[in-house]
Amino acid sequence: MSIDTRTPARTARRRAEEESHLERVGSSRRSRFTRHVLLCLFGAVMLYPLLWMVSSSVKPSRQVFTDLSLWPADWDLGNYPDGWVALEQPFGVYLANSFVIVVLSIVGNLLSCSLAAYGFARLNFTGRKLFFALMLGTMMLPGHVLLVPQYIVFAKLGWINTYYPLLVPNFLATNAFYIFLMVQFMRALPRELDDAARIDGCGPFRTFWSVIMPLCMPAFATTAIFTFISVWNEFFGPLIYLTDSELYTVPLALRQFVDSEGQSQWGQMFAMSFLSLAPVIGFFIAGQKYLVKGIATTGLK
Amino acid sequence: MSTTTGAPAGAVVRLDPGTPPPARRARPRRDRAGYLFLLPWFLGMLFTIIPFFASLYLAFTDYNLLNAPRWIGAENFTEMLHDPLLRQSLKVTFVYTFVSVPLSLVVALGVAMLLNRGIRGLAVYRAVFYLPSLLGGSVAVVLLWRYIFGLDGIVNAFLGWFGIDGPGWTSDPDYALTTLIVLHIWTFGSPMVIFLAGLRQIPAMYYEAAATDGASRWRQFRSVTLPLLSPIIFFNLIQSLITSFQTFTQGFVLSGGTGGPADSTMFYNLYLYQQGFSQFNMGYASAMAWMLLVVIAAFTALNFLAAKYWVFYDN
Repeated sequence: MSIDTRTPARTARRRAEEESHLERVGSSRRSRFTRHVLLCLFGAVMLYPLLWMVSSSVKPSRQVFTDLSLWPADWDLGNYPDGWVALEQPFGVYLANSFVIVVLSIVGNLLSCSLAAYGFARLNFTGRKLFFALMLGTMMLPGHVLLVPQYIVFAKLGWINTYYPLLVPNFLATNAFYIFLMVQFMRALPRELDDAARIDGCGPFRTFWSVIMPLCMPAFATTAIFTFISVWNEFFGPLIYLTDSELYTVPLALRQFVDSEGQSQWGQMFAMSFLSLAPVIGFFIAGQKYLVKGIATTGLK
Repeated sequence: MSTTTGAPAGAVVRLDPGTPPPARRARPRRDRAGYLFLLPWFLGMLFTIIPFFASLYLAFTDYNLLNAPRWIGAENFTEMLHDPLLRQSLKVTFVYTFVSVPLSLVVALGVAMLLNRGIRGLAVYRAVFYLPSLLGGSVAVVLLWRYIFGLDGIVNAFLGWFGIDGPGWTSDPDYALTTLIVLHIWTFGSPMVIFLAGLRQIPAMYYEAAATDGASRWRQFRSVTLPLLSPIIFFNLIQSLITSFQTFTQGFVLSGGTGGPADSTMFYNLYLYQQGFSQFNMGYASAMAWMLLVVIAAFTALNFLAAKYWVFYDN
């Protein structure tokens, strides 16, 4: 990753020109056409299930099945207000719970991971290499190995049925992927910045806060978006730690639809499913640039 | 003999506590700054390392969360050998992994190749193919899958056009896992983005040189693209294997937590969850977790060994 000083509009235009140039050079007109047709068809197949879900959420329930069309013959917006109150709590409670957890997790990850990343990327101290290797090692460690003892600790602390087990680890820099992402980013920043800051009398913390942090915004944006998506979708943690329906997150709430198999609820289920996916899709569209960069740098999923 | 002449320089300086040698003073201070920044991470590491060894200990105990853990030696592991459900869960996880990982990587590479050679609308295509991989692990999409592949779902309606009477995909033990494999392939977007980034790194001159030598497209793919991309393929393979071995949500939501029909979606982690958090066999669950860790480590190591023969580093 490098700091791009060109204006975004100019970069985008240049890239578009480059692309169309490359496209014309690289292949014949016919093969280009075939390629676009192939990609469009495949893209349509990929998106079809999602679009079908959205359209089913505004169809009357009896029409949902075996109706392959994406445009509803009859509209029924009632699925939304009905689905909103179909579960134990109004759906707004679940949305609010998920939202609180997501926001606090983002804050925690940004704070703790950026501190650790600055330490690894810019400071020199005894054992740095060893700790860094350890950090990379935890990236490969499957989380389920820690699951049982962590659960026991949280249970002994009386944290079952609270948000602490879901939040506290995020404030302790346990997401090595984000540290790694930020380390990669910070290493690319010129060293002279730190030297200049030191000459101006900044200690390490001041340098971190006033010089490095503001420059790391793209890496922070990537971290925030990935945290948002993974925490919003997170199912396992809430499943084992939350027992009270008042505390449920959106994925736990949606699962309740499985238990009530009545036909009348299909439309409502799709309506609430769509509500649950909409923020992810929104964040994805807004932050695509950061996501693609992040995934290309670290192989995050 | 005077007190100062024979003494080493360091000792002289040490006589004056106000000015210790610069190197000695700077190092702890420098270290302190680093350790302060790493403080949250150190705490987090404690919370990783201690549970890591604790779960190893628990794997040799009988523990239900209420009574103190009771040491039972390797009993959990011998029990695992004779546990048919455990064998089934391993089978489900292996079949799922070894079918869906190669397929999704092949699709990811294929689409990345189509997108690589300078194409108009790249950002749009990439977004369309990448989006599903962000949603694939969500409960909403698994629920959607459950209904798409239901007996009266749209997949069967579509097959009906061709006169095919589709099975109840999610209720038939022979097909339930297939629907999840399809779901996995649907999320090929994230390896695709990594492949795209890797393809961008291959210098165009290699292709030009190959074309000058009269190499066909296929030959260029085999002799230029594949070797130069092999580190990326290797990385994607390891990543996908590790995540796929840990599949949980898909099986849980599709089967409503049971792993059914007829245990056909009983993923290893789902069984681990049932043992640990429904029946509170914490010792057995820990033993299972360690066995999966060993399996994952073995496959990763095997891959690293095999990598010598097919991964090519262009230095």
